[in-house]
Amino acid sequence: MDLAVVVFIQVLYAVASLVIVSAGLAVIFGMMKVINLAHGEFMMLGAYSVIAALKVGVNLWVAIFVVAPIAVGVVGVVLERLVIRRLYGRMVDTMLATWGLSLLLVGIVTSVAGNTTAGVSAPLGSFSVGAYSVSGYTLVIIAVAVVLALAIRFVLTRTQWGLIARGTMQKPDMANALGISPSRVYSVTFAVGAALSGLAGGLLAPLTGVVPTMGAAFIAKAFITVIGGGPAILAGLIGASTLFGAINQLATFVTTPVFGEVALLVAAIVMLRLLPQGITGRFFKGSL
Amino acid sequence: MNRFAKSWTSAALSLAIGLVLLVGLPGVLDDYTLIEVTIYAVMSILGVSLAFIWGFGGILCFGQAAFFGLGAYVYAIAVMNMGDSTVPFLLAIVVPALFAALLGYVIFYGRLSDVYMGVITLTVTLILFNLINSTAGPEWRIGSAPLGGFNGIPAIPTLNLPGLPDEVLTPKDLFYVTFSCLLLVYLGLRVLISSKIGRVIIAAKENEQRVLLLGYDARAYKLFSFTVGGAIAGLAGCLFANWGAFTSPTIFGLAQSAQIIIWVIVGGLGTLVGPIVGCVAIQWLTSQIGTQQTLNSNLVLGAILVVFVLLVPRGIVPSIGDLIDKAWRRLRGSKSSEATP
Repeated sequence: MDLAVVVFIQVLYAVASLVIVSAGLAVIFGMMKVINLAHGEFMMLGAYSVIAALKVGVNLWVAIFVVAPIAVGVVGVVLERLVIRRLYGRMVDTMLATWGLSLLLVGIVTSVAGNTTAGVSAPLGSFSVGAYSVSGYTLVIIAVAVVLALAIRFVLTRTQWGLIARGTMQKPDMANALGISPSRVYSVTFAVGAALSGLAGGLLAPLTGVVPTMGAAFIAKAFITVIGGGPAILAGLIGASTLFGAINQLATFVTTPVFGEVALLVAAIVMLRLLPQGITGRFFKGSL
Repeated sequence: MNRFAKSWTSAALSLAIGLVLLVGLPGVLDDYTLIEVTIYAVMSILGVSLAFIWGFGGILCFGQAAFFGLGAYVYAIAVMNMGDSTVPFLLAIVVPALFAALLGYVIFYGRLSDVYMGVITLTVTLILFNLINSTAGPEWRIGSAPLGGFNGIPAIPTLNLPGLPDEVLTPKDLFYVTFSCLLLVYLGLRVLISSKIGRVIIAAKENEQRVLLLGYDARAYKLFSFTVGGAIAGLAGCLFANWGAFTSPTIFGLAQSAQIIIWVIVGGLGTLVGPIVGCVAIQWLTSQIGTQQTLNSNLVLGAILVVFVLLVPRGIVPSIGDLIDKAWRRLRGSKSSEATP
């Protein structure tokens, strides 16, 4: 029974961390059809900004929830102005340019911070479930994922800004004719996506080692979750995260974490073969 | 496309330069430099494999390194078990080709688009990396070859003359073999591209719908070019394992795949010589960066990729090719004015 509870918490945690890791990419890809291969590096920057903030004495929670998103959001605005803006509509070129950006960011951070692992210890300690102990931070991750999903839904469906953003993504010229500048909407959307990636990096900093190359571990997972999700941003994100997260965690329980990861990737390839439009291309059509 | 680049004169010129280098270099260079040149040739073969499937087949593969790594590992494992290197050499080409065929079948016959192609090839590369990386224990072995996990496989036996396991190639022989392979691959692809099959492959890149309507199964042609690309990358992997007598999981890594793409972008998409030029230039640059501390090679490579995508999207060789082309047309025009409409 205790084991069942622990397994359940771990599966929830795997799903939640996939939601968090992929949210930024989902917003940028889902809304703008821009494949941001520098997503992992945005997360890495988020993690580093948490470490930098801690060094100057900022509270850990402030560092994670305020400093990391803002810092990476600003980086996102700058990169959007300099690079991404010139490549809208050229999907393959955007992929290549953002891959270049990802190498560039890794290089810059390596030059500045050195190629060493920095760590943040996980706060909140742990609590016990029967004979097992579960880290309290796990529950924070799960809670944040739920709040994040609700927040994305709220912003997109209930606010003026969400309406404008969705309208612009569907028909940029019509939005332009109605007096909205699409380039500003793109800019803000990219910044929000980048900020979400920064938040993800900050949140995961206490759980993983922080190295300049840490982004590579997340990019593929985030990428397949978003693509596997299909056209509906939020439903796709949650659906794909649930499917892949559960497969990953259950396979990890049966074998090793490495095979858990491999099972996730294999499941994704098989799924893309069966449902080339992603989960929401077949089910939950028309949802958000 | 350029007239000059398409003409057989350019192919003959490239081959002539190649042959001169093949014969001349061992006489001019000392052994150390010759070994350096060998690795440039190995990487050039890898670059050409992507240049073919991307520039002519229109297939952007983010995981060309997967076939390269597979070739290296297959050769290493097979040669350690068999002793004689003839069959392992062939296996190192056939196994990646079969793997590419399987993967290509899933992608092309599933009618997945560009983006999915990128995701799937990237994912497959990571799967291989994760799997091989985790096989460090002594219990992971195939026959008598330990897989070595993140430590890689050291002391891989070098190629020997077919059937004579004791006649092992010297570094100079390896140079001849590698460079000849590069020239043969180049020649083979040039012939393939100008054949009927090659024309359909290029046509399918330009307009898949129209090719389908003309009665060609575009999927089959894409699958074919992808398989050929996998075989060539496997060959490069085998030669790489020979060059350093060592292979490790990092050759499956994202950094390796990114490098191949950078070679092709910098050299010029849609040419075969371009990626060789790009490969040599970038390899030389990274080795120069490695000698000093201020600039990080990732930083420089990333900057190069971004700058080329934004400012020189056609790459070096086609830009130079335009200049040659003007001169070429003038030459042709003076000889026979009716030939150029």
